[in-house]
Amino acid sequence: MAVKQTLKSKPAKKVVPNDAASVTLRNVSKSYGEAWLSDDVLKDVSIEFPAGELTVIVGPSGCGKSTLVNIMAGFETPDSGEVLIDNRPITGPAKDRMVVFQETALIPWQTTYENVVFGPKMRGDKSGQALKDEAEALLVKVGLGEFIHKYPIQLSGGMQRRAELARALINEPTVMIMDEPFRGLDAMSRSLMQEFFLDLFEENKKTNIFVTSEIDEAIFLADNLVVLSNKPTTVQTVMKIKLPRPRDYKMLTTEQAFEYKKEAMELLHDEAMKSFAVLK
Amino acid sequence: MTSTKKSFFAKLMGQVTLKRGVSAILIFLVIWHVGALFDDWFGVDIIGIGLVPPPADVFAAFLEVIPKIGYWQSWVSSFSRVLTGFLVAMLIGIPFGLLLAVNRYFRGLFFPPFEILRPIPPLAWVPASLIFWPTNEMSIAFVTFLGAFFTIVINVLGGARSIDISYLRAAQSMGASQFDLFWKIVLPGTLPSIFTGAAVGMGITWEVVLAAEMISGGGTQGGGGLGFFIWNSYMGGSLEQIVVGMISIGIAGYLSSSAIRKLGYFMMPWRRLF
Repeated sequence: MAVKQTLKSKPAKKVVPNDAASVTLRNVSKSYGEAWLSDDVLKDVSIEFPAGELTVIVGPSGCGKSTLVNIMAGFETPDSGEVLIDNRPITGPAKDRMVVFQETALIPWQTTYENVVFGPKMRGDKSGQALKDEAEALLVKVGLGEFIHKYPIQLSGGMQRRAELARALINEPTVMIMDEPFRGLDAMSRSLMQEFFLDLFEENKKTNIFVTSEIDEAIFLADNLVVLSNKPTTVQTVMKIKLPRPRDYKMLTTEQAFEYKKEAMELLHDEAMKSFAVLK
Repeated sequence: MTSTKKSFFAKLMGQVTLKRGVSAILIFLVIWHVGALFDDWFGVDIIGIGLVPPPADVFAAFLEVIPKIGYWQSWVSSFSRVLTGFLVAMLIGIPFGLLLAVNRYFRGLFFPPFEILRPIPPLAWVPASLIFWPTNEMSIAFVTFLGAFFTIVINVLGGARSIDISYLRAAQSMGASQFDLFWKIVLPGTLPSIFTGAAVGMGITWEVVLAAEMISGGGTQGGGGLGFFIWNSYMGGSLEQIVVGMISIGIAGYLSSSAIRKLGYFMMPWRRLF
């Protein structure tokens, strides 16, 4: 067994350890504004994110997806309900849950390398040559070996997202929260990023919570697909996506994928129409 | 190979910029010359420019003052006043602006009085500061300080408040303390605004110092400064020298803001790429 492993993987070193934790949302509600004019964003949202699985959240735009992300990350607290990670309530942002944000959140005044080592160096839990080696290995893994000393603005959109994945992974999170991470990329880089992201996931099997508004992307990536309703957001349905892994883009054209898409589309279409009517 | 090519290109670019700059100044001089002598040639004054001495006369006046030590003393005293006011404004203004940005209680306490004092033009402070400060020099420095201070604070405050919240959140997820957030995110994130504030503040400092020198008759304690130089030339009726003083100020201001730009260039390597 050990021999086989060394034979299979030439660099021999596992770059990212695979630990995964489950996340549970229990009756989470959140509203903004004063009581007399409050805007209910989330209403009794309960979702189970199984450890080591990729759960995608889709919902009409303007529903509380980002609020949900902020609550799970610990940036905001729910008005009621609780968020559990491995059955322990969360107390705020922490390195066990890394977020990849909608627009890039790479720090512009740090080089790619500095961005990646930022967390461990700040906490002091890794340092010196070991940290350097690990960061470099990660950057090579995400294909940025030659861009280590470039500033974020010198990277393309796809490269920035990969740098951000590396920055998240070096903190050894047990949960990755992706808030529409590929939004704003052109179609080609987007599908390349999806495949890259899937490879990474299938290798590490971390718990992944992936928020998107693209149904194709959702079905391509997901183990579980959570479909949200319009504001105030509730869970409409949770679908098991049983496409085989490792996945391939061709699977999106199968009958099975089409059925998933149809089901999700119908739910989302009704919800989207509601918000359209509100606009009128 | 590529590097020599690039440096050649850069050199060429430098030359083009230089040529443009020189020709722009030459064109300006020609217009000035024609405007100033229009009356002699055609018997009609161009309002606003007709009485200005022609560039050649000003140049002659320039040559006259250049060997005089008093002229250079004016430079030194104006520069030292500007730098004093400016540096003190930076030293107090940057931490003050950052505190306003990061601490709600501090902002609640100090922002209202700051906002009431801010619209008062620095020159309106001149009479009061002449009375309150023991020496003329201190009153001028104080008024100069005021000129830069408010601009710097407003820029720092605005810059720090507009830092993308996702940088702060990303850092928090990675375990940043309040101390880390301040030193690693807020301060470097505010740096561009600090330099903008410094550049604008430096400009205002020059405006203020000259006016302050004129009003206070800065010559009473030696070293009248460039502002007093202009005022003195006006009293002495030397139009050419007035213009010499004005151009000197232009050059001094240009030198100071170039210095700030250079410093910003070195301190913010990531901004060179824009």
